[in-house]
Amino acid sequence: MALITFTNKGIYCGKGGFYIDPWLPVNLAVTTHGHSDHVKWGNKAYLCHELTKPILDQRLGEDLKVETLPYGREITINNVKVSFFPAGHVIGSAQVRLEYKGEICVISGDYKIEDDGISSPFEPVRCHTFVSESTFGLPIYKWQPQAAVLDKIRDWVSDNQDKHKTSVLIAYSLGKAQRLIKGLTGYSDLYVHQSISNLNERLIAAGVDLPETIRIGPDLKKEELQRGIVIVPPALAEGRWIKNLIQPATGVCSGWMQVRAGRRWRSADAGFALSDHADWPGLLSAIEATGAEKVYVTHGYTATFSKYLNESGVPAEEVKTQYGNEETEEKEVLS
Amino acid sequence: MKRFAELIQQLETSNKTNDKIAALVDYFREADDRDKPYVIAMFTGKRPKRPVNTALIRQWALEASGIPDWLFAESYHSVGDLSETIALILPPPEKLQDRKLHEWIQDLALLKDKTDEEKKWFILDAWNSLETQERFIFNKLISGNFRIGVSSKMLVNALARQSDMESSKIMHSIMGKWQPAEITYQDLVAGSHVNTDNSWPYPFCLAYALEAEPAALGAPGDWQAEWKWDGIRGQIVKRNGELFIWSRGEELVTAQFPELHFLLDELEDGTVLDGEILSIKDGYVQAFSVLQQRLNRKTISKTQLNTAPIGFYTYDLLEHKGADMRFETLAGRRSLLEKIAGGLKTTGVVVPSPVVRFEDWSHLARLRESSRDLNSEGIMLKKLDSMYHSGRKRGDWWKWKINPYTVDTVMIYAQKGSGRRAGYYTDYTFAVRDGDQLITIAKAYSGLTDKEIKEVNSFVLKNAVEKFGPVRTVKPELVFEIAFEGIAESKRHKAGLALRFPRIARWRKDKKADEINTLDDLRQLLQSTL
Repeated sequence: MALITFTNKGIYCGKGGFYIDPWLPVNLAVTTHGHSDHVKWGNKAYLCHELTKPILDQRLGEDLKVETLPYGREITINNVKVSFFPAGHVIGSAQVRLEYKGEICVISGDYKIEDDGISSPFEPVRCHTFVSESTFGLPIYKWQPQAAVLDKIRDWVSDNQDKHKTSVLIAYSLGKAQRLIKGLTGYSDLYVHQSISNLNERLIAAGVDLPETIRIGPDLKKEELQRGIVIVPPALAEGRWIKNLIQPATGVCSGWMQVRAGRRWRSADAGFALSDHADWPGLLSAIEATGAEKVYVTHGYTATFSKYLNESGVPAEEVKTQYGNEETEEKEVLS
Repeated sequence: MKRFAELIQQLETSNKTNDKIAALVDYFREADDRDKPYVIAMFTGKRPKRPVNTALIRQWALEASGIPDWLFAESYHSVGDLSETIALILPPPEKLQDRKLHEWIQDLALLKDKTDEEKKWFILDAWNSLETQERFIFNKLISGNFRIGVSSKMLVNALARQSDMESSKIMHSIMGKWQPAEITYQDLVAGSHVNTDNSWPYPFCLAYALEAEPAALGAPGDWQAEWKWDGIRGQIVKRNGELFIWSRGEELVTAQFPELHFLLDELEDGTVLDGEILSIKDGYVQAFSVLQQRLNRKTISKTQLNTAPIGFYTYDLLEHKGADMRFETLAGRRSLLEKIAGGLKTTGVVVPSPVVRFEDWSHLARLRESSRDLNSEGIMLKKLDSMYHSGRKRGDWWKWKINPYTVDTVMIYAQKGSGRRAGYYTDYTFAVRDGDQLITIAKAYSGLTDKEIKEVNSFVLKNAVEKFGPVRTVKPELVFEIAFEGIAESKRHKAGLALRFPRIARWRKDKKADEINTLDDLRQLLQSTL
């Protein structure tokens, strides 16, 4: 029997009797990271990285049974060795390494290769079986270095300030928001939506070094926001709140902004291709570094990406999961 | 080219007309004067001859990027634009070149006579020295196909603001015949080339759709009513012994309609007529599907000349004895038009579009109900004291169309869209029932809100039955009401008929797939229009 199987509840480790990122309630959910398409409410117990716990506390509630593990430490569940390695996706994101009788399987959840300065950088792990995402699994997706994208954002903000426009950046509250805060601190005052500041408070309490931001509240004047940078989650992107600011200019930060159609679809004033997922070269280099004999592709351009891997001599298979819907999930969380 | 790339980015990232105009004004203020005529040519659809064909460009891009052909095709489906796909899949540039837009365009034009090897060297070298956004522009320069949501009206407004000239004059000037390599920006906006050119048409005056009841327009006596014809809007220009026929798409279609060539002998020099090119037989306007047999053909057969003879219902007189008539009143222009048309020796081919006489608005509403019997689409209302405007202007001209035909269909295929809609399943194929089978009847991709598109998109993802390349077969469950303007026999379609301008009228969430229309319903409709 294989170490993992793909069931209607999620990725299942039969030998260990636990699931990884299940979407239906189970006894033990080993959790790669805190995005809500990877972790659901209702499991009897959770095992995650220690920095994912504050995220679960904030998003799912504090009365859950959550065990934590730092990167690199190994525990054993029913004779299966379980350990976490950094996935570089968001704060606390982990690749789950499973080992049983010398057979190694790594479930990577979501990952990116570039060091974003805020999440522990991705570490390749040698394994026999690798479970990969392929959110940006097409050769049209090649990211520019983060520093270059941040420069573009700063130029855009400065241009907005010249024109007396309010700069509003649209970014996921977990991941992109912290990255922007870290990258843009000191350039301008940062005003963040409460869904972001609530999360940040938990992360800071857990020991994450996050720069200071200002929580957006009713007592803030629009003129103050106009001079700074406003960061809000996607759920607010098309709402009235932004329209009521002084000459708002919206900038969406997302890998989808790489393509013109993506930029126009979002009808934002600017698009910045900044992603927490690996780009095409990133996916290929990560998979090569694992030395895996078999790759399962869980979400994104699964058909295309697995076909390409097979043609390049890496046996790969697409599997149906319910991952890959961060944005709508995030909207549910907010509403 | 950097400045131009910046302009494109600004135009694409804003959806507010004022921002776009401001970006254009800035561009025409700052850019190199030699670049500007090329940019105006591009934005008004004047394309140079393609120096290199698409197949070669695609092949070289595959070689340079080292990806397989099928993966390129997948990428293209996701991006929705060939030039952009190529710009994105190529490896990063190894060097950087900063050249002027017009230099690139001129070099590309010179490629025409080079060997494929020389062309390839030039293209690969360019790709290797440009960043993604500029590469995209460069690829667009090769294809000459630049569509970025700048209407000629918008461009003209920007040029007018930048140069302080009257916008109708600029519209005039850029619509005529000129070559970007042979004209300076100043001469172009000043229109110094226009007088020497016999062919230039006037900008068409366009009507807005009437949304309210016509009673809101005031006294019926102030208005002239005409039938709204469903043909090709055209302008006939006769100057200095030459005859030109322009379509509304700013295309010269003179050769396609020999029936109108008698005007060369019978129309006075310095005359410009606005009207509708129609197929008219024995004094009756035929359905658009009949006219269609005559469009875009290099040669016309005798049978076609017999079954689909061309006529011209003229609406307006724009130029008379060389003088611009557009600022006269409609009433004045009309009576002169009737005199000119009445003076033609060849009768029954070029005639004034009949005026619909009516007592009051309710009378006109009743007359409008009979539009379809005449193969007309409804009523046009024009104010008797109105001048002939450039483009669309609210208030003086209204189109009061009859409601379209509709048919209830079920969605059976879905495909990802291109352009703004790339990445979502937005292009659908619809079927009607034929016995126990479903038979494809139309493809449509507009008429849904973004929210509905997302809903359908997730339905497609969950209910895809089969994949054929980019196309997904889906469970026949979602019922859509399709609106269309006409119906014609068609040998190329399995159903044996084709709908004209099909679009989604609404999503009938209240209906089930067994409640849709049948092919017989449509056949009956077809018979009734012939």
